[in-house]
Amino acid sequence: MPKRISHTFIHVLDQDEALDFYVGKLGMVVHTDADLGVMRFLTVNFPDQPDVELVLMVPGPPAHDEDTAAEIRELMAKGAAGGGLIFATDDCRGTYERLRALGVEFTQEPTERFYGTDCALRDPFGNPLRFTQPPDGPIVVPSAEELRERSGA
Amino acid sequence: MSRAIEDRNRRMLRTRDTMDRAFAEPLDVPALARVAHTSPGHFSRQFRATFGETPHRYLQRRRVERAMELLRETDRPVTEICFDVGFNSLGTFSRTFRRIVGEPPSAYRARFAGDDGALRVPACWAMAWTRPAG
Repeated sequence: MPKRISHTFIHVLDQDEALDFYVGKLGMVVHTDADLGVMRFLTVNFPDQPDVELVLMVPGPPAHDEDTAAEIRELMAKGAAGGGLIFATDDCRGTYERLRALGVEFTQEPTERFYGTDCALRDPFGNPLRFTQPPDGPIVVPSAEELRERSGA
Repeated sequence: MSRAIEDRNRRMLRTRDTMDRAFAEPLDVPALARVAHTSPGHFSRQFRATFGETPHRYLQRRRVERAMELLRETDRPVTEICFDVGFNSLGTFSRTFRRIVGEPPSAYRARFAGDDGALRVPACWAMAWTRPAG
């Protein structure tokens, strides 16, 4: 049986720009950057999580014909390519402030939810990302009554 | 041609993200066209070519989706909710809500009264999947 996720893939439009974002801004590190002759195999990981690699792939020949690659790029650009990542953080608001100052495109400010605090952003290519900070205690699904009270009704 | 579409799509996505984030602010076509680095005249047509609906319609659906949650999950007056989600007149809000949802805000809320209308899903799912269909 398969046991765990070791690699996950996401399309990017430019691998150097992807490194600038995922390493330079999000704090990941390069795991593998290998010229395989037919492609540049580029993966990154979080320092605390060396056994989960994010593979940064560029759509294009020969894996995709040029028309298909163009369609993938167009869908990515309008946020409809289907990929996406959720990152766990200990400090959603602090991360948001720091990265916003670096010009990262946020699509939702940090918001308190029953499952923690989270915010939404895009990578430079249109892929949707989220930062989620779990609550201090266990996640408790609120009742409707509690939601109303919490909303200040 | 493809690169041009790609570039246009990315700029249109930025305007749609702006509406998702800043729906409560007075967003109009000139303001969104500036985000897209295009002229107001081109903007609406380009947005529609990208997402299949006008930016005005998208913004209405986003605002109505927020209003639906507040109606379900809070006891706040309809008038306050109307202004909270970015409408500037109760008449426009009620008309738009009714056109999109099929019933007035008060009737929508009444269907959830005493019921558990709360959606306990992540915020991104709530936004994408509870937005009323075009």
